[in-house]
Amino acid sequence: MIRTGIIGLGKMGISHCAILGAHQDINLVAVCDASSLVLEAFKKHSKYQCFSDYKRMIDSTELDAIVIASPTRFHDEMVSYALEKGLHVFCEKPFSLEYAKGKELAKRAKQLNLVNQVGYHNRFIGTFIEMKRLLKGGVIGPVYHFLAESYGPVVLKESNSTWRSKPAEGGGCLYDYASHTIDLVNFLLGRPVKVSGTQLKMVFSKNVEDAVYATLTLESGISGQLSVNWSDETHRKMNTRITAIGKRGQLIADATELKIYVTAENSTLNLEKGWTIKNITELAGNVNFYLRGEEYSAQIDYFINAIKSKSVENKSSFENACQTDQLISMLQADGAGNY
Amino acid sequence: MDRVIFGDNQFFGINHSSDEKARAQAIKFKTNEAVKAVLDIVVEEGINTFMCTTHDRMIGIGEMIRRDKRYLDFKIYPCMPYAHKYANAVTELGIMGTIKHYLPGNIISTLTKGGLAFVKKDFISMMELMVDAEMKMFREISTPVIFIQNVITDLLLGLGMTDFLVGFHNYIRERYNAEPGYITMNLPLLLDTLEKAGIENPIICASINKAGFRMSGGKANYEKVIAQKRCRLIAMQIFAAGTIPYKEAIEYVCEMDGIESVLFGASSRVNIKNSIETIKTYNRVREERAAIE
Repeated sequence: MIRTGIIGLGKMGISHCAILGAHQDINLVAVCDASSLVLEAFKKHSKYQCFSDYKRMIDSTELDAIVIASPTRFHDEMVSYALEKGLHVFCEKPFSLEYAKGKELAKRAKQLNLVNQVGYHNRFIGTFIEMKRLLKGGVIGPVYHFLAESYGPVVLKESNSTWRSKPAEGGGCLYDYASHTIDLVNFLLGRPVKVSGTQLKMVFSKNVEDAVYATLTLESGISGQLSVNWSDETHRKMNTRITAIGKRGQLIADATELKIYVTAENSTLNLEKGWTIKNITELAGNVNFYLRGEEYSAQIDYFINAIKSKSVENKSSFENACQTDQLISMLQADGAGNY
Repeated sequence: MDRVIFGDNQFFGINHSSDEKARAQAIKFKTNEAVKAVLDIVVEEGINTFMCTTHDRMIGIGEMIRRDKRYLDFKIYPCMPYAHKYANAVTELGIMGTIKHYLPGNIISTLTKGGLAFVKKDFISMMELMVDAEMKMFREISTPVIFIQNVITDLLLGLGMTDFLVGFHNYIRERYNAEPGYITMNLPLLLDTLEKAGIENPIICASINKAGFRMSGGKANYEKVIAQKRCRLIAMQIFAAGTIPYKEAIEYVCEMDGIESVLFGASSRVNIKNSIETIKTYNRVREERAAIE
């Protein structure tokens, strides 16, 4: 059993907490949150030790691993403290508001031989995993363009009541939504290294962007479009879709289905000419405990397996996450004049 | 519970196999009249139970049902809460802000007086107030079973906060004179947990399908638990979001011993009729076989 603690019991933290609590290989020992309301509920109705000070929790509970789901501005100090105490760390996205600090942490985790993972859960969704496999197999020939989109209904009217509406604390649709989209581009197509034509649009918010539109160029030279909007109520919940356009076909994936179009039959990968549709119902792996999506359990399973097999290389490492953080700062700089 | 129960996902743009289909359905069912027209077909075809989420849209649809004489025997099984409403609110307003925003009017003054201290004193009572707020839209409609949505059931299950599952059970029986039900994606774990808390033979609605989709811990484990008949079971997601051919899908759940009701959703008369006919056919097959044995 891996002795685990969690910092942050907000929307993501509480969901992680349930998954950790139900996991057969995890002994969830302690929880930590700044809200007295939330802590009171845990004190009264759960069996976990409750803390409001994360250092005290780490110092007094002999943990092997920690899940950090606090507001982004606290990630650096919390991750650093946990690493120095020898804990394996799973941190929510985005990783760090200052990518230089994030890079230091990535380096330090490697030096200390500790498992380091960031909660980019799309990397664990069956449709995107299959898309990556097909891209690797070259089914659509050389890719010459991509479109990376995320839309959802988060900010639908004027208000500024939480940290998500404060730029210095990691608020805004770039950190909250676009980080997922950028990370998926990195996972599926390669690392984006250049941005141009960035438009950051305030729809309802006064201090942060609600939408971002930009051109991204990958290390390989391929370019494509990023289009993200968290003030879009035509979507019931967050939808992320990646379209890759190649010389010999197209791949379009979201969390529910993968659409494949190939200009000629591919017998090695068993694809007929034209359209093939694969659904998440056939692509999702079974998990032992389900909450909100297989991917949330799958990423925790992966983290636990990495600890058990002492594998520091990770499918969603601190280093990968830093690349996303760096790109976000490039988008901020490029779009600064375009608010 | 009736053998066949009609579901509501198609009405509210929910489709687990395709976001595009979900959007097409959201467009098709833009108006409450469009939803009501399908419910009329359902009633004409002899289905009298509609299991639906406490979506805001149900306020208007509930109003139409109350006015329609054909719906005298009609029952609704409410499933609460419509979680995206609250999840988006938490992102925007924070937890305390969300509580204030959604609690019924008469409680706002209590909150302002007692504030945080009031909330902290008794979380179970807070849950009861939330249940009341969600139930308002169903007034004067028969609601013999009231469910908690899977996202909340499974969240509480994972957190080990069984107190709320028990609190819900007690409150629904006392206040609404109805049976509490639990929707879950983790049937074996939930059943064990409820039994340990002293809840015998609960009503549970779980994903059960030939493909093993959303049957956490695996299909074999589910089949074992279902055969033990320790709960009153409603099978949902029987088509695995439309990816199993419908005859095969219906055959799988109808043949299985230990399932009391089958939940399905559809948008057209043809599909509704076909599903009902097929369910009836496989029910007959099973009954005849049981009679011979």
